[in-house]
Amino acid sequence: MNDDVISLPLLEVDSLTVDYRTRDGDIRAVNNLSFALEKGETLGLVGESGSGKSTLGLSIIQLVPVPGVIVNGHVRIDGVDVVRLSDEEMRAIRGKNVGFVFQDPMTSLNPVKKVGAHFIELIRTHEPNVTEAEALERAQKTLNDVGILPERINDYPHQFSGGMRQRIMIALAIALNPGVVIADEPTTALDVIVQAKILDLLKNLRDTYGMALILITHDLSIVLERCDKIIVMYAGNLVEYATGTELHSHPRHPYTQGLLQSIPNIELAEQKLEAIPGSPPNLLNPPKGCRFWLRCSEAGENCETEEPPIVEVSPGHFVRCFKEADKSERNRKR
Amino acid sequence: MPKLEIKRSFLARFIPGLASLTKRGSAGWMTIIGSGIVLSMVLMTVLGPWFSPYDPTAINVSPPPNPSPPSGDFPLGTNLLGQDMLSRILCGGSVMIQVALLSVLFCFIIGVPVGLLASYAGGMIDRISTLVMDSFYAFPGLVLAIAIAAMMGRGVVNMALSIAVVYVPSYFRMVRSQVLTIKELPYTEAARATGAKGQTVLLRYILPNVVPSIVVVATVNFADAILTAAGLTFVGLGVGIDVPDWGWDLTQGRQLLPSGSWWVITFPGIMILLLALGFTLVGEGLSELLTPRLER
Repeated sequence: MNDDVISLPLLEVDSLTVDYRTRDGDIRAVNNLSFALEKGETLGLVGESGSGKSTLGLSIIQLVPVPGVIVNGHVRIDGVDVVRLSDEEMRAIRGKNVGFVFQDPMTSLNPVKKVGAHFIELIRTHEPNVTEAEALERAQKTLNDVGILPERINDYPHQFSGGMRQRIMIALAIALNPGVVIADEPTTALDVIVQAKILDLLKNLRDTYGMALILITHDLSIVLERCDKIIVMYAGNLVEYATGTELHSHPRHPYTQGLLQSIPNIELAEQKLEAIPGSPPNLLNPPKGCRFWLRCSEAGENCETEEPPIVEVSPGHFVRCFKEADKSERNRKR
Repeated sequence: MPKLEIKRSFLARFIPGLASLTKRGSAGWMTIIGSGIVLSMVLMTVLGPWFSPYDPTAINVSPPPNPSPPSGDFPLGTNLLGQDMLSRILCGGSVMIQVALLSVLFCFIIGVPVGLLASYAGGMIDRISTLVMDSFYAFPGLVLAIAIAAMMGRGVVNMALSIAVVYVPSYFRMVRSQVLTIKELPYTEAARATGAKGQTVLLRYILPNVVPSIVVVATVNFADAILTAAGLTFVGLGVGIDVPDWGWDLTQGRQLLPSGSWWVITFPGIMILLLALGFTLVGEGLSELLTPRLER
């Protein structure tokens, strides 16, 4: 009965399940997924298109697009279960406690409003007593933090390049100093050099603002060195969960291993790039057992019929695979 | 800290915009010429009562026989009642311009909010309002306007309302289709992710992006409204004969044309044509200017 003594994680996702109720049937986009995130941590969410990573990000701020429904589970932000909140209570959290950076910076800013107006809108939504001048002053400070000249506050979005617009989006996401910032593929629409700069910016801001960062991406290589924890998702399931270094050195799930082998390495001239054969399953009719077995080189008999359990292969390293489950079973017997 | 520039006056925005119109090719010139025609027509109508040589409604200002052809005393001739046509031309646009302005205003007030709400809310509201608007749209415009004007009686406001009913569906359809596109764009989702209310998203993010399209529909509709107003007056549903009106002169002139008195119908006809042409030029010019496309 000492709840107030135990420190709650900043963000806790607990057995979250999200379905899309389509005309053809329910699509389970996120299946029974749990994780927790502390202040100052970075979580990488990796998976290919349709693996449910964006849905997971949006369900944290309760903006799963129609016809998506959270069927089960909890999302706790500062200990508050946001799944149960009313629309109005949820609006107070969006932008204030959780910042969101979208994928396409070219269309994520309102084309008819100046940059400053975006900040006024955001700040005054959550702090109605702030004057326009005060809001603009804060906006300029935040813009300065993301590397945009403060005097450009009077410019329109079309006067900025893609990378600069993404910096503005990031500034909007951090302007109210939220505890969590979710960046949904923040660099997919940008070129490689700008990508590296934006990711470093996010990392520096995480340190100065002391927030937790969720980085959603399909590119395992960019999260490996930047994230404290990485969740690899496949077809709505968590398949592997470990720290970045652990995942890099000891990937256990065949899918993660495949992803790592498909990263080109410029130092190995003779390297042959491996690809994972096949394509992700149709989630309207997912395979019965492990959702990956059709593409898995190590699939056994039970993979086809039973869903593999999640096992902890080493402290803090979880894998959803029979291969590892059998191994740890054997270890225990020995 | 650099100077904070929050709002600029309307005029300061307008004047540099006007200068840049000359650099936008034929569309820019169309807009300039069209607005020139419209503005001078409005100016003429406003100042007409001070400049007209005779009282435009006074009868028998010229000695019989009437109608008399253009002459030194009456440069545009006189009509059957012995009224001076020049005075009637100078003052006669006011009804038409008022009706056009009011009807476009009514269209705005009805069409834009209904279009916004229907497409944003979706579902049954959207279906029902689309059905109602489409049934108006399917009706021949002038016939519908005549029917409504006949029900409501004479008067500028009643004329404007009956014309508005005809043109509201164009606004509704334009707004609805635009909102359907814009509400799926990432910046509306981004607005929601910063905690904006549905109402805020609709009014501050979606509406300002729809406005250019509405402006284009409105200017094109001005020309239609002018012609419909002329049509209503022509069939006798305009304002009373105590107000000078080009539409009413058309009606009179039609009866006199077979006997060779062309000046009674030709001059008001030209004025209506010019006014409609002016609005059309502005509308077409603006629609080309406001639709983004690649430079050649």
